[in-house]
Amino acid sequence: MKNNWWKVLTVVLLLYTAVAGLLLPVPRLAILNETIRNLYFHVPMWFGMTIILTASVVYSIRYLRNPSERLDTLSHGFAQTGILMGIVGLATGSLWARYTWGTWWTNDPKLNGAAIAMLIYGAYLVLRSSFADEQQRARVSAIYNIFAFAAAMPLFFILPRLTDSLHPGAGGNPAFAKYDLDSNMRLVFYPAVLGWTLLGVWITQLSVRLTLLKQYIHEKQLA
Amino acid sequence: MKNSLRSFILLVLGLLLPVWHAVAQSAANAPEMADTLRQDGKIYVVVAVIAVVLAGLLVYLISLDRKLTRLEKEVHNR
Repeated sequence: MKNNWWKVLTVVLLLYTAVAGLLLPVPRLAILNETIRNLYFHVPMWFGMTIILTASVVYSIRYLRNPSERLDTLSHGFAQTGILMGIVGLATGSLWARYTWGTWWTNDPKLNGAAIAMLIYGAYLVLRSSFADEQQRARVSAIYNIFAFAAAMPLFFILPRLTDSLHPGAGGNPAFAKYDLDSNMRLVFYPAVLGWTLLGVWITQLSVRLTLLKQYIHEKQLA
Repeated sequence: MKNSLRSFILLVLGLLLPVWHAVAQSAANAPEMADTLRQDGKIYVVVAVIAVVLAGLLVYLISLDRKLTRLEKEVHNR
């Protein structure tokens, strides 16, 4: 219980996000209408993905400095969860675009940047699965992970701001933060970001523990 | 344990109290009925459904977590 307080926090924050996110008053804006509430679900996917992929790259760097199976497993686990959140973010964004912009996909720098970044991360998983030797796999995928992070983050957050974009937070567009995100929305948005990110960490922790347990049993059997 | 329970309750209260006024305002001047779930285009029903789905998934995640903890203990104590 002492080490699991953050899991309780996750449950509370997510249930709060679902209830308050749907019921609390939001600004009445044309076109967006009630879909403005997607802010509590679509945007935290990307915030959470960024935080989780950062954790993954930190473990990759630590692996390269001081190789161990545990660090490799952690880095891989965080990357997997980050990629999942990114895919969910793309899917929800596409759905949202259909009913506000009128199309599932458009050649917008923010959208295409995110799609390319997800492909770069997809290649990470392909790369990992193409090695037979475990140490080689761990080393090469750690290096690739660093490059993927360095390539993906500008695609998400810098390049779309340099040109025009439909998407809030890109093309000099100040996102919801400047005037749309009123104090009522902040009351849900920040807990939502924290809650969804913690859920990602939780899922990662389970998958990492399972992999480590498998490795442990495997080593015991060999010994 | 006692402390963590108290901080848990405080956290729930801290999150719910700012929201409460929105719910409290729905009391009409007519005789009191159990209207809440039928108001506003039945949005509360959707909220309840989402809350149940989320709760179900989270309970499953918790149970997986506990199973894994038990398995870890079993394997490492052997």
